[in-house]
Amino acid sequence: MSPIRTRAALLAPAMVILLFAAAGPLVIVLIYSFLTPGDYGGVIWDFSTDAWFGVLAERDFFTEELSWADAHLMVFWRSIKLSLMTAFLSLIIGFPTAYFIATRPRGSRDVWMLLIMIPFWTNLLIRTFAIMELIRNEGTINTVLIAMGLVTQPVQMLYTEFSLLVGMTYVYLPLMILPIYASMERIDFSLVEAGYDLYATRWQVLRRVIFPLVKPGVVAGSILVFVPCLGAYVTPRVLGGGKQLMLGNLIELQFGQLRNWPLGAALSLTLLVIVMVALIFYVRAAGNEESAHG
Amino acid sequence: MKRTVLLTSLAALIAGAAHAEGQLNIYNWGNYTSPEMIEKFEKEFDVKVTITDYDSNDTALAKLKAGGSGFDIVVPSGSYVPIFIAEGVLMKSNPNELENFKNVDPRWVDVEFDKGREYTVPWQWGTVGVSVNTGVYDGDIDTAAVVFDPPEELKGKINVIPEMIDVMNLAVHYMGGEQCTGDKDVLVKVRDKLVEAKPFWLSMAYGNIERLANEDIAASVNWNGASMRARLQNEDVKFGYPQTGYSIWMDNAGITSDAQNVDNAKLFLNFMMDPENAAMLSNFARYANGIKGSEAFMDEVMAVAPEINIPEGLQAAGYISKSCPPEVQKIYSQIWTELTK
Repeated sequence: MSPIRTRAALLAPAMVILLFAAAGPLVIVLIYSFLTPGDYGGVIWDFSTDAWFGVLAERDFFTEELSWADAHLMVFWRSIKLSLMTAFLSLIIGFPTAYFIATRPRGSRDVWMLLIMIPFWTNLLIRTFAIMELIRNEGTINTVLIAMGLVTQPVQMLYTEFSLLVGMTYVYLPLMILPIYASMERIDFSLVEAGYDLYATRWQVLRRVIFPLVKPGVVAGSILVFVPCLGAYVTPRVLGGGKQLMLGNLIELQFGQLRNWPLGAALSLTLLVIVMVALIFYVRAAGNEESAHG
Repeated sequence: MKRTVLLTSLAALIAGAAHAEGQLNIYNWGNYTSPEMIEKFEKEFDVKVTITDYDSNDTALAKLKAGGSGFDIVVPSGSYVPIFIAEGVLMKSNPNELENFKNVDPRWVDVEFDKGREYTVPWQWGTVGVSVNTGVYDGDIDTAAVVFDPPEELKGKINVIPEMIDVMNLAVHYMGGEQCTGDKDVLVKVRDKLVEAKPFWLSMAYGNIERLANEDIAASVNWNGASMRARLQNEDVKFGYPQTGYSIWMDNAGITSDAQNVDNAKLFLNFMMDPENAAMLSNFARYANGIKGSEAFMDEVMAVAPEINIPEGLQAAGYISKSCPPEVQKIYSQIWTELTK
């Protein structure tokens, strides 16, 4: 056998798995989004574009009036808004953390990284319930606040957008710290000293020296946090109290109680499109970075 | 040495697995099956029982429809039994021919969702009403107004279980309609009422026993048994039966159409229709069970519980919940999306 054919033959199993395991399910989702919902879940094999229509528009059952599906739009908006806010918050917390770790002596860095990783290896549900225990009315934070006399009534934190933000930031923070740390570790800190020698202020050093060097890490971290937030399901379900639906929950509702699988499929693909747009931004940003250096 | 230990324990494991005569895989609602009863069954018949949880009828249906689930017994609600039958996931196993079937309360034999009981037998039954912490609000609680037109004391402390059909029907009756109504004039009023009430709700979530007991919430649309379990931890939590109408449901155990252990499943269905065993079920989950004579074996607290024994004057307001036709389901879905967004 020629080397090329051997290579193709060796690659074949992986390609087949990739095709069936990655593309296959997506094709099924795409097909389902163009079918008619069955009365009790599932689909009927009749072509229909109702699901895609239903993603953005709805017909009022009473007035028969056609309007934007503001319920869906609101959920989209909330998902995107909270994901952006989570990415931003993670950056605010993650950047100094990564800087702190990167500037420790080489030997102790691993210990700090381990401290970041341990919660990350813990089951998502357990971490979410831990947050719940902290912020619920009878929880740790409120108990302490009341004991200190700062408030008389417990502060309602659970089941608000605030609780979603806290929960998601906590859960996804390591995904921000890791890439920033990776690029920060490679910085030659004599550049920072050079900056000071040339009378740069601390702010200028941060903005003109450090930040450009770690920018790829910041962009990667933001994307890594933003994308899973968009599809978050467990955190909004536990901490949002069912009143703050995010996209993941809306999709689950279609496959469950609302029995509209095609709409669920169409919403899933819409989520995928939003993620793709975010990734295109990322590739663009990364591309610009390279050409700037080149 | 290490190796010997490993081999011995491996052998013991295999022997252990092979020890039981047979197996039985039960697919049921979470926190709902009495472990005591299962243990008794395992001992009596030398069958290894495995229980898997689900949290909604729809989840169970989807999983069974996909096939190859390996479950022998499933416990759908009455309103879903016709759907489960129509979708072909329940076996026509004629449990009405089992020896202990004679113990079933006649009231639950010729039910609309399974005439003559050719597919399922009663598991437990209960009601959907409202739980209220009477220490927070001491007015009338036999009304859905505590949730839909809440008094000042309860505002912001209300939970609504995210069960579309139960909540929608409660609201439909509150606005003067009948369950599964297609009357759009009523449905518009329902939608407006729900949207108006939502800002007063703290959450729409399951798992409210603990939250009611430790006063995270002061009122909830709730199941009677869950309300009783909350009361046993906090005596202020009372259960109200809305006078405008409340639904009565029954969960029913049936054999799945692709069950592997049909004989064991039949043994189990017969076993749980024994009054003593049915009582174990009720003592655990705090719901009535539909088996005559089981009262004698129930805990004292069950016999006098106002959550289980519906007060005389409020019995007529109950209706047995059924599954709504697809066109109504569609409108309900629209209102529900509007509500939960």
